[in-house]
Amino acid sequence: MIYKVSDNIISSLGFTSSENYSSVKKYKSGLSFYENMFDIPEPFVGSLLENEKINEAFSKIATKSDIEYTKLEKTAILSVYDAVSEANIDPADNSVLFIFSTTKGNIELLENNNKYEPERVYLWRSAQLIAEFFDNKNEAVVVSNACISGVAAQITAARYLNAGRYKYIIVIGAEVLSKFIISGFQSFKALSVEMCKPFDKNRTGLNLGEAAATIIYSKAEQETDLHSGTIIYENGAVCNDANHISGPSRTAEGLFNAINIAMNGIDKETVSFINAHGTATPYNDDMESVAIGRHEMNDTPVNSLKPYFGHTLGAAGILETIISAYALQEGIILKSMGFEDLGVVSAVNINKDIIGSDKKRFLKLISGFGGSNAAIIMRKI
Amino acid sequence: MKFDIKSYCRITNKKVLLNGTEVPIIRSEEPNSLWLNDVYRSFGIQYLKFFKMDNLSKAGFLGAELVCRDVGLDINVPNKDISIVCFNRSSSLDDDIIYQQTIQDKNNYFPSPAVFVYTLANIVTGEIAIRNKIMGESSFYITEKFSPKQISEAIYDIFRNNYVNGLLCGWTEYFKDNCDVLMMFITRNNKSGKEITTELISKLY
Repeated sequence: MIYKVSDNIISSLGFTSSENYSSVKKYKSGLSFYENMFDIPEPFVGSLLENEKINEAFSKIATKSDIEYTKLEKTAILSVYDAVSEANIDPADNSVLFIFSTTKGNIELLENNNKYEPERVYLWRSAQLIAEFFDNKNEAVVVSNACISGVAAQITAARYLNAGRYKYIIVIGAEVLSKFIISGFQSFKALSVEMCKPFDKNRTGLNLGEAAATIIYSKAEQETDLHSGTIIYENGAVCNDANHISGPSRTAEGLFNAINIAMNGIDKETVSFINAHGTATPYNDDMESVAIGRHEMNDTPVNSLKPYFGHTLGAAGILETIISAYALQEGIILKSMGFEDLGVVSAVNINKDIIGSDKKRFLKLISGFGGSNAAIIMRKI
Repeated sequence: MKFDIKSYCRITNKKVLLNGTEVPIIRSEEPNSLWLNDVYRSFGIQYLKFFKMDNLSKAGFLGAELVCRDVGLDINVPNKDISIVCFNRSSSLDDDIIYQQTIQDKNNYFPSPAVFVYTLANIVTGEIAIRNKIMGESSFYITEKFSPKQISEAIYDIFRNNYVNGLLCGWTEYFKDNCDVLMMFITRNNKSGKEITTELISKLY
């Protein structure tokens, strides 16, 4: 069975998973209002990492380096560094593989006049630099599957471990924001100029965020080899809507099918909560409610973590899995912030306060451009 | 596990090969006609959305179109047991550069959703899924160069899921007028199929 060895989150709410998790429990949001940022004419609400903090933390671990790293690479390396220290493994060992999840990598380097060599804009190059920092020689796997990348990367990791190819997989998701990404989402009219309100009737769109998040996975022969409380990856699936490249299916076909495969043989009554994608765009939240409703899970508590972190794109699936895993371990269900009145087509149970639960599983959902949807089911021992 | 590669095709800047045999492409007489548009017309494809696609999507779409036609895939029914896995080197950089031009200049700032939507590598898998009603997995991976190792690993991993009966898998690279596509249609055949080796993948490429 595939289990989580260690993890890390770097966001505007903190530089470890614990810091981030305790901020969420205190209803603290990393979102701020930005005007004239990145030279973009319209303001936006987002969660940005402070360059000074990243540089300061990075200078403490990068002692040998003669490479000038980008913000994305530094943040990713910091995240892996912390997760590796906690796991107490040798990341240079050839039994360790890096899987990197990102949608746009160093895309801001397309802007004129920067000091970096042209190949730094390629996603495989970022992955190489991250793995090389840790002296890992295996060809890193790079997942770029739009917004579902972070969950797709975990599914890929589980497959690699089940195939017996590696002993440890370091799954790292990272995204930084830029004029490129913000202006694009603005052109889609997808961004809210206030804090997002997933599943609420007054929701007006999403907020974007910067983050890096890491999970190290390994495989155990049997459950008795693992400590009580250990988080297990049980199953996962990716399914396409075959409907539209930028809009979700009205019948939630892909997400319904992904849940169906992920939950195969699992009693839905054992699911403590559903951590939704919950971007707070009108279409996404409606679609997710339809998928949950079609599975008759209307009573299962649902939350979205977007009001705390924003949508962190390639990092989202990993970051939200970690926060949800911490809540599962503690036996609580986190509050879906920004939610007051239900405003989705299918009646789902959005969780308005932190509540207790002794159930052993959570379901993580995610969807994105290209018609892609993914679901994973996690359990605590 | 053993497989049949039911059909495969190569599309480069100059040639289209289906199952190893070159297919003649009728070049348009217009001076600036696009190669991929000529490939589209040569096969008599009727799908107007094609002309809205970016180059990467066009290239991958055509690769999928040729092999799906060759195997006679029924595209009028949902194909829930078929998946799509694509790889490339340059992600969506070809379209990224076009989008960047729309936001580069403060005095000429016109970010376009129609261009932005293609600034994700996996949109090509979405286009293929829509055209062929493929509702299984769709995944996109990036490697520095054509990687028979990662491609063959993905093939085995996908078919370990017993709900998968067919896989469209390939290399869909398009950057700066350089088109490089290998698309395969693979099915499971444990009785009389063959192992997918890195040598086999290299040979088809």
